[in-house]
Amino acid sequence: MSTTNVDQSLEVATVHAGEHEEEDNRMFGFIVFLLSESVIFLSFFVGYIVYKQTSAEWYPAGFEGLEIREPLINTIVLVSSSFVIYFAERFLHKENLWGFRIFWLLTMAMGSFFLFGQAVEWMHLPFGFKDGLFGGTFYLLTGFHGLHVLTGVLLQGVMLGRSFIPNNYAGGEYGVNATSIFWHFVDVIWIILFILIYVWK
Amino acid sequence: MSNASMEALQPSLQPQPGAPDNWKRFFTFSTDHKVIGIQYIVTAFVFFLFAGLLAMVMRGELLTPEADLVDRTVYNGLFTMHGTLMLFMWTFPMLNGLANYLVPLMIGARDMAFPRLNAAAFWLVPVFGVILTASFFVPGGPSQSGWWAYPPVSLQNPTGNLINGQSLWILAVALSGISSIMGAVNIVTTIFRMRAPGMGWFKMPVFCWTVLAAQLIQLFGLPALTAGAVMLLFDLTVGTSFFNPELGGDPVLYQHFFWFYSHPAVYVIILPIFGVFSEIFPVYARKPLFGYPVVAVSSLVITGLSGIVWVHHMFASGTPGWMRMLFMFTTMTISIPTGIKVFAWVATVWGGKIRLNTPMLFALGGLIMWVFAGITGIMLASAPFDIHVNNTYFVVGHFHYVIYGAVVMGFYAAIYHWFPKMTGRMYYEGLGKLHFVLTFIGANLNFFPMHPAGLMGMPRRVASYDPEFAFWNVLASLGGFLLGVSTIPFLLNMLSSWARGPEAGDNPWRAIGLEWLVSSPPPHENFDEIPVVVSRPYGYGSDEPLIANASEKE
Ligand code: HEM
Ligand SMILES: [Cu+2]
Repeated sequence: MSTTNVDQSLEVATVHAGEHEEEDNRMFGFIVFLLSESVIFLSFFVGYIVYKQTSAEWYPAGFEGLEIREPLINTIVLVSSSFVIYFAERFLHKENLWGFRIFWLLTMAMGSFFLFGQAVEWMHLPFGFKDGLFGGTFYLLTGFHGLHVLTGVLLQGVMLGRSFIPNNYAGGEYGVNATSIFWHFVDVIWIILFILIYVWK
Repeated sequence: MSNASMEALQPSLQPQPGAPDNWKRFFTFSTDHKVIGIQYIVTAFVFFLFAGLLAMVMRGELLTPEADLVDRTVYNGLFTMHGTLMLFMWTFPMLNGLANYLVPLMIGARDMAFPRLNAAAFWLVPVFGVILTASFFVPGGPSQSGWWAYPPVSLQNPTGNLINGQSLWILAVALSGISSIMGAVNIVTTIFRMRAPGMGWFKMPVFCWTVLAAQLIQLFGLPALTAGAVMLLFDLTVGTSFFNPELGGDPVLYQHFFWFYSHPAVYVIILPIFGVFSEIFPVYARKPLFGYPVVAVSSLVITGLSGIVWVHHMFASGTPGWMRMLFMFTTMTISIPTGIKVFAWVATVWGGKIRLNTPMLFALGGLIMWVFAGITGIMLASAPFDIHVNNTYFVVGHFHYVIYGAVVMGFYAAIYHWFPKMTGRMYYEGLGKLHFVLTFIGANLNFFPMHPAGLMGMPRRVASYDPEFAFWNVLASLGGFLLGVSTIPFLLNMLSSWARGPEAGDNPWRAIGLEWLVSSPPPHENFDEIPVVVSRPYGYGSDEPLIANASEKE
C-alpha cells in the first residue's frame, strides 16, 4: 500500500473526528435506544393481546367498553402535532428562529392538550388499576405512554428555552432533531395503542 | 499524514485535567474506557467472591442429607442471592468490563462513543449490588423465589412491608437492566461508528463481533424482562392482577417474558467468551483463526436464533405439544453455528506450535467443559428428556458446566491474557498454573456429580435430600470447597503482580492485534495516531502487516 493512500485516509479520519461526527454518533445511539425501548411497548402490547384473548372476564363487572369520542379527538391532536413539529424543524433549518419557536410551542400545546385529555378520561373512568386484567393493562399502557408524552413535552420545553440563549442556535441541531424523532416515536406508539385499546372490540 | 491534521489531534492527547494518574483514578468518575473497564472487572470480582461464599454455605449445607447448617428459609435466600448475584453482579459486569477495556483498543478508537454515559452505566452497578445485598437485612430476609422470581411464589409477602426482599430484588434487577441498556447503546454505537479507517467488518477481531452480537440481545431482549419486572412489581406492591392466578392473572405469561430475555441472556454471557477463545487460540497455537469469516458471522446467527428458543425452559409449564416440538427443533438448530465455532477452534489449535501458558490452559479447559455442557444441553433440548429431569440437579450440573466451565474459565483466560496489557506487568506463571489445576479439578468434581444425582431424581433448590444422593453430594461439596480455595492463588497472583510483577513489555505474547501495538498499559486516548488497518486479523505466520504505518511504529 502506498503512503499517499494512507495519508489520505488519515486525513479523512481527522476531519471526521470533529463535532459533526459526535452528533451523528449521538443520533445513532439515540435511535438504537428508541428501538430498544419499543420492545418494552411491544411486550406490553403482547400482554394486552394475550390477556384479552384468554381471560374469562375481560371488562370489570358492570363496564361495557370505552368511549371512543374524546380519545379520538385526543388522537387527532397528537397525530397532527407530528406534522407541526416537522414544520418547526424546517424553520430551524432555514434559520427562521421565530417560525421555529412558534411551531415548536404549538407542538408543546398540542402535547399538553393530549395529556390533559387523558387525565380527564382517567378521572371519569369507573374502574381502577387494580380492577382486573383490563383495568391493569389499560392503565399500564396509557400510563407508560403518557409518561413518554410528558417527557417529550418537557424536552421540548428545554429546547425552546435554549433557543433564547444568544448564539445558541436553538439548543443545537442534535437536541431538536432527537426531540422530534422521539415525538414521532411516541406518536406511532399511540396509534397502535389506540387501535388495540379503543378500536379493537 | 499532514502536520496540520496531526496538530489538530494533539490537544486531545493530554490527560483529562484533574484526573489522578495512579491507582486512585479507579475510585473516580473517570470517563476513560480503560479505567471503567477495570472498575467493572474489579467490582464484578468482589461480587463473585461474595456469591461464591454463599455457594460455599450451600455446599456446606448439602454435605449431609439433613438441613442442619441453615434452615430452609435461609437456604432459599441463599440460592436466590447466589444465582442473582452471579448472573447480574458477576457475569454481566465482568463482560462489560472486558468489552469496555478491549473493544476501543481492538477497533482503533480513542474511547467509547459516549464516555460519560459509560461511566454512569458503571456506577449504577455498585448501587444495585448494594440494594441486593441490603435485602439480607430487611425483615423477612432476601427474596426466596430463585433468580427466576416466578409468580405466584414471588408475589408472597409475609411481612406485609413495601420494602421487602422481593421488591428490592426487582428494583435491583430493573436498575441492572437500565445500566445494561446504557452500556449496550454505547458499545453498539462504538462498534458501528468508531472503527479505525480500513477496519471493515471482516477485519474486525472476533471478540468485537461476539460483543456486538451479545449487546444486540441486550438491546432487544432485555426490555421484555423489564416489562415483566414492572408488572411483577405492581402485582407485588399495588395489588394488580397481571400474574396473580388468584385474581385471574396469568403466571405463565411471566415465564414467557422472563425466558424471552433470559434464554438469550445466556448467549450474552457465552458469546464474548467465544470471542475470548477466538482471540486466545491463534496466539498460543501461532496459527490464523480457522474459518475467520464464518466464526465471525455465526455469532450473529446465534443471536438471531436465540430469540426463538425460549420455550425450552417451559416444556414442563403446561406448554402444548406442538409448541414443545417447535421449540425443541429451534433449540437444536443453535447447535449448528455453535458446533461450527468449536470445530474452528479445534482446527486452529490442531497441529499448531502450542504454548501452554495460563491463558491457553484456561481456554482449553473451558473449551472441554463447554463441549460437555453442549452435549447435556442437546439432551435437555429434547422435550421428553427435559420433562424427566426438569428441576433436578441434572439441570444444575448442565448450567454450571456452561457458566463455570466455559464462562468463568474464559474470564480467567481473558484476565491472564490481557493482564500484562492492562497493568504493564507480568503475572507469575507458576501461581497461574496452580490456579488452573485447582479450578479445573474443582469444577469437574463439583459439577459432574450433579448429573448422576439429577438422573437419580434429586430435585434442585432443596436444603435436605434423600440419603441415597449423599455420595454424589459429598463429592460435589468437596469440589466446591476446592473451587473456593482456588481463588486464593489467583488473588495472590493478581495483587502481587500488579504491585511488583516483572515488566511485561508491550506485546509479551507476540500477538497480532491493535491492542498489542500500543504501550502497556495503553496511554490515555490509546493511540498517538489512529492506525489504518490493512489486513485481516490473526495473520500468524504471514508477513502482511496489520496496519499501514507499522514500520514507523517499531
Ligand atoms: C464455587 C462455585 C459454585 C458452586 C459451589 C455453586 C453451587 C450452586 C448450588 C448448590 C446451587 C443451588 C442449585 C439448586 O438448588 O437449584 C446453585 C445455583 C445456581 N448457581 Fe451456582 N455455584 C457456583 C458457581 C456459580 C457461578 C459461577 C454461576 C454463574 C455465573 C452460578 C450460577 C447459579 C445460578 C443461576 C443458580 C440457580 C439459582 C436459582 O435456582 O435460582 N453458580 N449453585
Ligand atoms: Cu435456554
